[in-house]
Amino acid sequence: MLNIFLFIRRYITFLAFLFLQILALWMLFSYNRHHKAVGMGMAHQFTGTINKQVDRLDDYFHQGVENRRVHRMNDSLLNLLQSNFSIPDTSRQMVVDTVMVDSTKTYRRYFWMGAKVVYNTVNFDKNYLQLDRGSKMGVKDQMAVLNSDGAVVGQVVNVSANFSQVMSLLHVQSIVSASLKTTGESGRIRWDGKHPGLISMEGIARNVILKVGDTVVTSKYTYNFPPDKFIGTIASVSSDPATGFYLLKIRPAVNFRNVQQVFIVENLMRDEQVQLEKETEKKMDQQSKTNR
Amino acid sequence: MSDLVKNIFRLFVFILVQVYVLNKIPHLHRFVIPYLYFLFVLWLPFSMTRIGLLIAGFGCGLLLDYFTNSPGLHAAACVLLAYLRPFLITLLIPKDTAEFQYREPSPRAMGWAPYLLYVFILTLLHHSYLQFLELLHLGTFLDFLIKVLATTGISMLLIIIVELLFPRKMRFRTNTS
Repeated sequence: MLNIFLFIRRYITFLAFLFLQILALWMLFSYNRHHKAVGMGMAHQFTGTINKQVDRLDDYFHQGVENRRVHRMNDSLLNLLQSNFSIPDTSRQMVVDTVMVDSTKTYRRYFWMGAKVVYNTVNFDKNYLQLDRGSKMGVKDQMAVLNSDGAVVGQVVNVSANFSQVMSLLHVQSIVSASLKTTGESGRIRWDGKHPGLISMEGIARNVILKVGDTVVTSKYTYNFPPDKFIGTIASVSSDPATGFYLLKIRPAVNFRNVQQVFIVENLMRDEQVQLEKETEKKMDQQSKTNR
Repeated sequence: MSDLVKNIFRLFVFILVQVYVLNKIPHLHRFVIPYLYFLFVLWLPFSMTRIGLLIAGFGCGLLLDYFTNSPGLHAAACVLLAYLRPFLITLLIPKDTAEFQYREPSPRAMGWAPYLLYVFILTLLHHSYLQFLELLHLGTFLDFLIKVLATTGISMLLIIIVELLFPRKMRFRTNTS
């Protein structure tokens, strides 16, 4: 027993070193797997408040650009106003049948809320943005994040009470399903960690006709993103001789260096979709068992 | 200012500079990542116990990690630095710590050549370990080598600039202190 104490006292520094090293590595690897870590929520509150202050200063340098962008957006919305259009013929009227239960009633799929980017990097392999909205305002994991022009920025991976972390498209673990606007072929958007001005798209078969400059939008089959939102344009086309797929480089629509205002988009039906998928799987499993 | 207050102040300055200046400026190339924050660990006083060094290093790394969303990455590298620092100092300057006339490692305390060697070895170790941990996740060995060399180069440049810009006025160790 005494020997153990002597041993510990002798090698206390080395043991402390080992302990701290293992603690750090454990945090790192568990975070890489599921984006959760000890004290991360509290740390986000802390870094968030500092980031917010720095960002308030930073805003002064971008106000001109941001103002012009908002003005352009307003311009496009004002053009859609009803008062811009006059009805040519007043004698004909559309009559809408008012049945109490209307099966054609619209329902809301996506809910948009504005948010402000408080911290943002583009220089690393794993780039995150921090937004000034958190679980208090209803932000949840895996919500989509679009910029003020409606182009894809990334998706939420972690939420604290007042702030949220967003994995941007410029993150080596990010996968977003996308499709070509012209033909509707769908594939995946990834980033290889090299150049912040180019992301890659894979999974488009080589018999599809496409050319440089074609638009890439979010796929209709994804649960997280609203469909047909701009991701980028094709910058270069090359084909992989081994697999029969194209290797496409996409120039993202978002300038990740100066993202300021974004929208967090919630798919209100997401839970239902996910549940349906799970139940279908279960059902098919059971069927295949009974059929056997 | 006491050593403790001075070092806490320094820690915050280093972290803020790293997070809001060096991480945000457009990098020269994706291989050239300017790291400076670990100079905090190199500048800790000679008189600190080895356990104290380890804890200070861990805290410094973890603080940066919480800002950059990579919990544990920089902490692991800084703990390694803090553990190896005393060995390197005794190796480069074979003196008892009590004999030092200055409080902290600096060009004046150690002389330019040994100090630069000390900084160079620890910088290389820090970047190798950091990039090695990233290599486990993605990347190729060639990437790793270029990255280590490029980041070490830019870090050395930054550190020399910092040393020339802020020559620390080191007080002599007196009998009363």
